[in-house]
Amino acid sequence: MRAVGLILTLCVTGLSLAACGEKPQTAGTRKADVDPSQGAAPGADPAYTAEGWKAGDATSWETQLKARTQSGQNEYSRIGAR
Amino acid sequence: MARMKFICDAERCIECNGCVTACKAEHDVPWGVNRRRVVTLNDGVAGEKSISVACMHCSDAPCMAVCPVDCFYRTEEGVVLHDKDTCIGCGYCSYACPFGAPQFPSNGTFGLRGKMDKCTFCAGGPEANASVAENEKYGRNRLAEGKLPACAEMCSTKALLGGDGDVVADIFRNRVLMRGKGSEVWGWGTAYGKPATGGAPAAPGSAQPEGKKS
Repeated sequence: MRAVGLILTLCVTGLSLAACGEKPQTAGTRKADVDPSQGAAPGADPAYTAEGWKAGDATSWETQLKARTQSGQNEYSRIGAR
Repeated sequence: MARMKFICDAERCIECNGCVTACKAEHDVPWGVNRRRVVTLNDGVAGEKSISVACMHCSDAPCMAVCPVDCFYRTEEGVVLHDKDTCIGCGYCSYACPFGAPQFPSNGTFGLRGKMDKCTFCAGGPEANASVAENEKYGRNRLAEGKLPACAEMCSTKALLGGDGDVVADIFRNRVLMRGKGSEVWGWGTAYGKPATGGAPAAPGSAQPEGKKS
C-alpha cells in the first residue's frame, strides 16, 4: 500500500514539474528552397512559364536566363552593334 | 552559375519609378511596403542622379548575420531570401541593412509591425515554386518561370540591369565603353581593372588621360 502511494506521489510530482519545462530555445528549422531551374511546381499555371527551356535542366535554365538578359537588357546586342 | 545581381546605371535612370510600379504590381505588395525605391541624389540641382535601390542580395549579408531566429538563407544563385514562417518581425535586419531593403507592413492595430518583407529577386520563398502559398507570402517566382526580375525587365531605359552577375557586368561595361562615360565612378578599377591592365574604356573621341580614371 505504501509502495503504491509512493509511486502515485512520484507520478503526480513528475507531472506537476513537467509544466515547468522550457520550450526549445533553438531557432526554428529553416526550410530548404527548391532550385528555380526545377521550374514551377505541379499544379501551377504553365501559362506563366517562359518558353525555350526545359524545367529540371539546370543548364537549359541558365542558358535561358542569359539569353533573356542579352535580348531584353542589352540593346547593343539587339541593334547589331558590337 | 554566377551570382544573381542588380546594377543601376545612374546615367540612364530617369526617376520614372517604373521599376517600383512593376514590383508592386507583380507581387501585389501591400500599401506602405516598397521592396524597391528610386533615390535621387542632389534632387533639383543640375546634374542630379537617380538610382533604383532594393535588396542587393549581398554576398555577406548583414541581415543574415543579425537575425536572431536565423530566418534568412541564400540560394545557389546567390539570392538572399527569408522564411516568413520563422520571422518574428523584430526589425534587426532593418537596422543592419545599409540599403533599407527590409520592409514591415504596419496595417495592424496599435502600430503592429508584421513580418519582414523584401525584394526576393523575383525568386519567391521556401514554399514550392510558383505555388499559391509562395505567391501569397512572397509574390511571383519569376526565376522558376525562366524569367528575370520584373523591375529590370520593365525598366524603360534599361538603367536597371538584373540577372547573372557576369552577364550584367559585361553589358554595363560594354555600355560604358560605347558611350565613353561612366568609368570615372568609384569602384570601376576594382570591378573592371585599371586602365593599364586594359580594363578601363578607351572611349571614342575621349582625350581623358588614363591616369585620371579610378
